[in-house]
Amino acid sequence: MSQNPSNKSMPTLDRSDERVRHDDSLSAMAKGFIDRVRSGDLGMLPVAVGLVVISIVFSALNPIFLAPNNLVNLLFDCATVGVISLGIVCVLVLGEIDLSVGSMSGLASALVGVIWVNMGWPVAGAIIVALVVGAGVGMLYAMLYNRLGMPSFVATLAGLLALLGLQLYLLGPTGSINLPYASPLVRFGQILIMPDWLSYTLALVPGLVMIGRGLRTRTQRLAANLSAQPMRALILKAVVLTVVLEAAVFYLNLGRGIPWMFALFIALAVILNYALTRTKWGRSMFAVGGNKEAARRSGINVRRIYMSAFMLCSTLAALGGILSASRLASSSQQAGTGDVNLNAIAAAVIGGTSLFGGRGSAYSALLGIIVIQAISNGLTLLNLSSSLRYMITGGVLAIAVIVDSLARRSRVSHGRA
Amino acid sequence: MTATLQNIPAKGESVLRLSGISKNFGAVSALTDIDLDVKAGEVVALVGDNGAGKSTLVKVLAGVHQASSGTIEFCGEQVTLDSPAKALDLGIATVFQDLALCENLDVVANLFLGHEMSPWALDEVAMEVRAWTLLRELAARIPSVREPIASLSGGQRQTVAIARSLLLNPRLIMLDEPTAALGVAQTAEVLNLIERVRDRGLGVIIISHNMEDVRAVADRIVVLRLGRNNGIFTPDSSSQELVSAITGATDNSVSRRADRKSGHVQESTGGTA
Repeated sequence: MSQNPSNKSMPTLDRSDERVRHDDSLSAMAKGFIDRVRSGDLGMLPVAVGLVVISIVFSALNPIFLAPNNLVNLLFDCATVGVISLGIVCVLVLGEIDLSVGSMSGLASALVGVIWVNMGWPVAGAIIVALVVGAGVGMLYAMLYNRLGMPSFVATLAGLLALLGLQLYLLGPTGSINLPYASPLVRFGQILIMPDWLSYTLALVPGLVMIGRGLRTRTQRLAANLSAQPMRALILKAVVLTVVLEAAVFYLNLGRGIPWMFALFIALAVILNYALTRTKWGRSMFAVGGNKEAARRSGINVRRIYMSAFMLCSTLAALGGILSASRLASSSQQAGTGDVNLNAIAAAVIGGTSLFGGRGSAYSALLGIIVIQAISNGLTLLNLSSSLRYMITGGVLAIAVIVDSLARRSRVSHGRA
Repeated sequence: MTATLQNIPAKGESVLRLSGISKNFGAVSALTDIDLDVKAGEVVALVGDNGAGKSTLVKVLAGVHQASSGTIEFCGEQVTLDSPAKALDLGIATVFQDLALCENLDVVANLFLGHEMSPWALDEVAMEVRAWTLLRELAARIPSVREPIASLSGGQRQTVAIARSLLLNPRLIMLDEPTAALGVAQTAEVLNLIERVRDRGLGVIIISHNMEDVRAVADRIVVLRLGRNNGIFTPDSSSQELVSAITGATDNSVSRRADRKSGHVQESTGGTA
C-alpha cells in the first residue's frame, strides 16, 4: 500500500483513508457529538434534559423534592423497578418484549411471602425458589417463541394474566402477607445504608477503571499501529465522571446515604453492561436484534440467544419483585400491578434502548429509571391522585417512544442504522 | 492457521462431492438429482438462468436449507449440514447474495460475528488489526472499520462479506454473485483473490451471471437448468454452447436476438449497396 509517497510519516492502520474526519481535539469532539445527535444518535441526551427539567419543575413546586433524604428514598424505589428494567433491556435488544414482568415480580413477591412466612422455610430458600420460577417462566416464553413461533408480545400478554392469577391464588383470601420487620430482607429493603467512607471510595472506582482500561487499550492500540484516543480527552472524561459521582455521594450522605439495595442494582447494571459490550454473548445479542437471519448464518445459535434473554428478563423481574416485597415489608395482591410493567419498559426506552431491536445498553435502565421514579416521586410529593399520576406517566412514556421512533428514522436517513 | 491448512486434501483430490441432491419447497422441486464435484485447487462456476436453483444449492451447502434427499461428501466423509454453524465448522464458507450482514454492527463485529476472539473479554484490538490486514489483502477501500455497516455502500458491504468468508481459513468457499455490486478494480481484485485462494489448494464455487468473469477464473463450468444438471463445460467452450445449455434450446431468446441483430445489419448494409 505505498500508493501515497507524499505521506512521509506512515499513517496508522485505521487512519490511512483520507475521506474520514477524525475528531482528535476537544472542539472537534464537541462538533462530532453535535453531528451524532443531529443524525439521531441521541445517547444519554434525553435523560440529561429530562432530569434537568424534572428537577426544576418539581423543586419549584415543592422544595422537599431535592432534599437529600427524599433523593435517598428515590434511590430505594429506583432499585426495585430498575432491576426489572435491566431484564427488559435484554429482550428489547433482541427486538422482542416481555409484558409480564410486572406480574412476574408480583408472583415472586407472593412466593417469597408464602414460602418464607407461611411455610416457614429459610428466607434464602424462598428467594431461590422465586428466582427459579422466574427462570422457568422465561424458559417457557422462549420455547413458545422458538418452537411455535408465538410472538413474544402475545405470549407474554397471556403470561401477564396467568401469572397475576397465580399470584392471587397463592395469596389466597387474605390477600396479603406481612414480612417480619426485623428480618435481614426487610432491613435490606428499608434501612441498610452503605457507610460514608465506603460510598466515597466506591465513587472513585469508575474513574480509576476508566483511566486504567483507557491506558491499557491505548498502549495496545499504539503497539498494533492503530490510532488511540488522546490522553487529554481520557483524563478529562474520568475527572468529570469522578467529580460528578463524588458530588452526588456527598449530597446523598448529607441525608441517610446510599442504600445497599441501590448498590446491588448498580452492580447488576455494571455486570450486564460488561456482558453486553465485552463478551461474545453480548455481541450475539446485538447481532440477533439487528438481523436474525444474518446472525443465524454466521453460526450463532439464535434459539439459545432468545432463551438466555427471556430467562434473564424473567429472573431479573422476579428479583425486582423480591426487592419490592422487602421494600414494602409485605407480599400483597397489589404487588407488581398498576404501572410497574410500563415503568420498567419506559425506563429502558427513555434511557436509549430502542424498541426496534439492535440498540441499547444496560445503563439505559439505570438512567431511565431515575427519570421515571423522579417523576413519580415528584407527583407523589404534590399529593396528586393516582389518576393524574397515571395520565402523566403515560404521557411521558408516549414522548419517550416518539423520540425513539424519530431518532431511528433520522438514523436510517443518515446511514447509522 | 497452518493447522487447518494441513487438513486440506491435496490438490486434485475431491473436497466436495454431491450426489442426487434434491430440495423441495412444498410442491415445487427447486433442485432435482444434482451431482456436483469440487476438487481442491479448483474453481467451479455454477451458471444458470434465474430460478435454475443456483442459490438454493449454495444455501443447502451452507446449512441454511436442508436437502430433501441425496448425499453430501466433504473431504471424503459423508456429512449432514443441518445448521450454518455446522457448515462453518467443517470449513465451508459462503458469501451470500444478500450478504447477510448485521447493519447495526460495525465492520469488525460483522467480520468476527460468531467467531469472536476471546469470548469472555473480547479482544477488540487484535480483531481490528486482523480486520485491517484482511481488508488490505483484498485491496478494499473501507474508510473506517468502526462505522456501522449501514453507512457503507453496496460494494463496500460486498467486500466485507467476502473478507468475512476468508477469516476462518475455509476448505471450500462459495461466492454467490460476488462481483455484482463491485467496481472495475474491485472485480479484478476479487478475481485475483479467487485465483489466490485456488492456488492455496481450496475448492471454490462461484455463481455469476457475468460470463466474462466466469470464463476468466473457472476451471469447469457447471450449468443448472430448472433445478437439474444440464451439462459441464470448460472455459474454452463457445458462448453459444453455454447459452444454449443455460436456456435449454439452441433456438432461444439470446440466439434469436443475435440473429435479428445480424439480420438487421445485413439488411441495412444491403440497403446502402
